[in-house]
Amino acid sequence: MTEDLFTTNNVWMMICTALVFFMHLGFSLLETGLTRQKNTINILFKNMFIICAGLMIYFVGGFSLMYPGEFNGILGFNGFGLPIGEDGVSIAYADGGYTYWTDFIFQGMFAATAATIVSGAVAERIRLDAFMLFSVIYVGLIYPIVGSWHWGGGFLSSMDSFLGLDFESDGFYDFAGSTLVHSVGGWAALVAVILLGARKGKFSKEGKSLAIPGHNIPIAVAGVFILWLGWFGFNGGSVLSADPALTSLVLVTTSLSAAAGGISAFISSTLWFKNYDVTMFMNGVLGGLVGITAGADLMSPLESIIIGMTSGIIVVIAVNLIDRWKLDDPVGAIAVHLFCGVWGTLVIGIFGSRAGIDQFLIQLIGILIIALFCSVSAFLILGVIKKTLGLRVSNKEEMEGLDLHEHGMDAYADFGLNDH
Amino acid sequence: MKKIEAIIRKSKFDEVKEALHDIQVNFFSYWDVTGVGNEKEGHVYRGVAYSTSDIQRRYVVIVVSDDFEQKTVQTLINAARTGDIGDGKIFVSEVKQSYRIRTGESGNVAIN
Repeated sequence: MTEDLFTTNNVWMMICTALVFFMHLGFSLLETGLTRQKNTINILFKNMFIICAGLMIYFVGGFSLMYPGEFNGILGFNGFGLPIGEDGVSIAYADGGYTYWTDFIFQGMFAATAATIVSGAVAERIRLDAFMLFSVIYVGLIYPIVGSWHWGGGFLSSMDSFLGLDFESDGFYDFAGSTLVHSVGGWAALVAVILLGARKGKFSKEGKSLAIPGHNIPIAVAGVFILWLGWFGFNGGSVLSADPALTSLVLVTTSLSAAAGGISAFISSTLWFKNYDVTMFMNGVLGGLVGITAGADLMSPLESIIIGMTSGIIVVIAVNLIDRWKLDDPVGAIAVHLFCGVWGTLVIGIFGSRAGIDQFLIQLIGILIIALFCSVSAFLILGVIKKTLGLRVSNKEEMEGLDLHEHGMDAYADFGLNDH
Repeated sequence: MKKIEAIIRKSKFDEVKEALHDIQVNFFSYWDVTGVGNEKEGHVYRGVAYSTSDIQRRYVVIVVSDDFEQKTVQTLINAARTGDIGDGKIFVSEVKQSYRIRTGESGNVAIN
């Protein structure tokens, strides 16, 4: 390893960091566009809060909790702040892939994503203070603990020896976070949506699902394109170096899966619902991106297309199922991040260079453990908030808009398109 | 003088404007309105079909001298009609007086 290569690797990782940062704008725009005008300030405020608070919490203890070094495999902590060691900025830190600083900031950008996923699902009815409290705890504790189990070198990475099983496989595999990031957010989103209940007007008295169209589709589409761009950093950076073969393969599989996801989602929703719905197209692209994230470095281009295609169909079915279960997810976050996150993680055992029944079982066990841990902890955190602070805004506030009551502001002052 | 108010389809507005110009009705005001009517517009959003009875239309207001009334109304009917439900309505009412602000002129002179 030469100094030049070290520098190159580190530059690539910092570019990827910037791309992942940009995804937060993508989420903000997507959520804004798919919800109503009267709740726009509220959505934007939550998204601003998540990235700012997320980074600070990750600095305080999240990073140390997620990457504790040598630990018992379940829970470890490396100290508050950023305890950079002697080798932090030398080749020795990560085989020349990046420095300690890059490591922190790249991982920090990831951390806030899990709470962002929840933000879209609970939009238009959650109390701002309740959401902020929840996201601080979830990003500060739950996300890093789950992350340490695999990326931090914990028990999921060597599950066969941990469980005393004789599997051929090395352990659970999740390249860039179909489960560790997207499902972790997705499980919390599911629990939150159940505890919160649906928005007023989402279901008729007879229980029929009603449409509450988003107010700005161009903004939402811009969000999807920005997310796709950001995913080059999300997956490309998860190579953890500028390895030419792997980074370029990852960009190919990521994009092919996104494209295939979009195409299959729009075709299946058009056949099913008889209209070319651009919001389903958008969710399909995102489903493809989430689906390939666990195995972006393992799949061939053809396999990535198959994963994208199946993810796109799963998104359309899941959006419909969630509606039938009387759950209200305004932006489709559960369909995209939870359903496709689980599928993308399972598919490691079906396609790609690690495929096999043992790997499939390990993936399944990993998914179940994380599902249990995330949903129980989300339930406890949100349950306590519900009993004390309250989760939901008042009826009056919901009808007149969170912007007016929580913020006392208009998103489009002087631009009156619509009075609520 | 008469005030002619017409609620028409937005998609017919350009044709109506041309037709009015052709009969020398060159001045009028309009604005966009939302109303409730017989027409239902079918939509599908994320797999959920819904219909909206909130209908978008354009509201045109023309003040003309008495001898222009019939001609204007007939022109509006011809230009704004598609034959489907939702083509709109026309209302005619008396106008007591009109003034031109710049010169202070009143009566028919003021509306031409």
